Amino acid sequence: MDALTSQKVTFKVFRFNEETDYLPYYNTYTLDVTHEEVVLDILNRIKWDHDGSLSYRRSCRHGICGVCSIKVNGKAILACKSRLFDLVNVFGTELVIEPLSTKRAIKDLIIDKKDFWDKHAEVKPFLTGEIEETPQSEHLVSPHDAEKLLEADYCIQCGACHYSCPALAINEQFIGPAAFAAAYRFSADVRDESALERLHIVNEEASGVWDCVKCMECAEACPKDVNPIEKITKLHNMIFEANIAKNNVATRHAVGFAHSIAKHGLLDEGELVRYSEGNFGVLKHVPVALKMFTKGKIILPWNMPKSDKLDEIQKLIKSSSTVKF
Amino acid sequence: MKELKYALFTGCTAKESTPEQMMSTLAVAKKLGIELIELTEASCCGASHLQDYDDFLSLVLNARNIAYAEMHGLTMVTICNTCQLNTAMTKHRLDQNAALKAKVNEKLAEVGLEYKGTSLITHFLYAIIDDFGLDKIKEMVVKPLSQFNIAPFYGCHNIRPSELQNETHKGHENPYTPTSLDDLIIACGGKNVDYVEKNKCCGFHAELQAPHTAAVLTGNAVAGAMDANADWMVTPCPLCHLKLDTQTHHASVAIGRDVSLPVLHMQQMIGLALGCTPAELGLNHHVTKVNFI
Repeated sequence: MDALTSQKVTFKVFRFNEETDYLPYYNTYTLDVTHEEVVLDILNRIKWDHDGSLSYRRSCRHGICGVCSIKVNGKAILACKSRLFDLVNVFGTELVIEPLSTKRAIKDLIIDKKDFWDKHAEVKPFLTGEIEETPQSEHLVSPHDAEKLLEADYCIQCGACHYSCPALAINEQFIGPAAFAAAYRFSADVRDESALERLHIVNEEASGVWDCVKCMECAEACPKDVNPIEKITKLHNMIFEANIAKNNVATRHAVGFAHSIAKHGLLDEGELVRYSEGNFGVLKHVPVALKMFTKGKIILPWNMPKSDKLDEIQKLIKSSSTVKF
Repeated sequence: MKELKYALFTGCTAKESTPEQMMSTLAVAKKLGIELIELTEASCCGASHLQDYDDFLSLVLNARNIAYAEMHGLTMVTICNTCQLNTAMTKHRLDQNAALKAKVNEKLAEVGLEYKGTSLITHFLYAIIDDFGLDKIKEMVVKPLSQFNIAPFYGCHNIRPSELQNETHKGHENPYTPTSLDDLIIACGGKNVDYVEKNKCCGFHAELQAPHTAAVLTGNAVAGAMDANADWMVTPCPLCHLKLDTQTHHASVAIGRDVSLPVLHMQQMIGLALGCTPAELGLNHHVTKVNFI
């Protein structure tokens, strides 16, 4: 038999009109879906054949404008790029179609993206530099220098990573993966002159890169393989390289690993907490530490295990370290 | 079957805050007839933080760890999701980039080592599924966990980014619908429960820097499992374990609801089903009491 060319799929579609509804609800449609169809085709069919009031954003249909991003069974996708059969393979034949953020829904799949654009604007997402008013030649960027952007310029501001980031969902101050990727994109550009200013912005506690929980959701969500967490790591590195890392719990936590590995090879967990929090700050961890101690989960300093061939590790730390704090 | 043999990268917590994880790993390996050669020379992987400070140093140290597995000619097995991610990411980056590999090897040469790229790196969970086989586990179960609703908690660094993670797995794990841990629960005779947070973040890596964010994430995870009627949770990651087992007080305050469930390491769950004793599995080392033993 030929490969399956059409199948029945049930769509549970999020509906909400902030002007008339207190609560959202879901409409269910069961459609025959062909193997060529993408999610946007289905939204169009529902709107054109079943319910003209269904609202969603669409424009380019070529995965470049970024407006049609929604969530299917919790996974952020571009409606114009995601084939139904691929989604059915992952989630089965019942698909839940929702806006990127249900709490920011205005009408059905359309959300208020103000928070996204505000965060974006915070990081000065543009090149700044002294340029002649009547330049005699183009300001060329070599392929080698262009590679430094690590394809961060592929971002289409669709919001898939932003609305998949759990840190942002809890802490509204957090700048978030999309804007961090933009901060990196312009700071890594050889023509730009505002990198230091941007690094100060992303270096703040609560809003800056230090609050990233490292869940890798942004890397997974991005439909353009921008890999925002890689750029977040780069921003961390640039903060240390620019020598503007503040002496706080977050920076000491990163640096503490190097100290600990130099001393033991392994991480001294207790010492890392003390070093990161400081002698006073560490006190708030005492209640949990006591409970852990009674369960044999805390190693006392004089019993701290060490890696074999620690001298090798120490030698490598001496010769391979690239930054100082 | 050919006897399975791996180079074991224990990571730091197995030697410190989760001794029960080390105990249960060894107990289960013995039961399954898997030989584990411990890489006693290995250093900390940097736990996804050292690379924020000094990315190159982190690469060199991880490459050194892998080099020791290569010297044994064995696949490296990790028992911590974050060790897995950092080590596999290092391998991926060095294997893709000859210049970077040469730069790292220049440093390793100073201590007489070389990163070649010849060893695979896989988490013990996937070694068991891919190489040992869940069917065989099922046959070996002597005390099926059939009385329990068990909530799998996957841990981010075993499932994302999927492109990297699936470089080594035989079966494809989708980070939005992961199945490995569910399958393991079923093989052990338990009932796997489904809940939204099973593939979400526990907050561990931001515990000191962003305590509120971290506590809410922990709270949501345990609450999700409780609402799905779980008797206990199980995880392949000792860092998730630490967060879910020891931090429920902060989590409860953060989400305004008392949450707490026993949390078992994946190895402890297998061990119970295979008839290991609670003492062999270190079940007395938990902060949240394992109340069903």
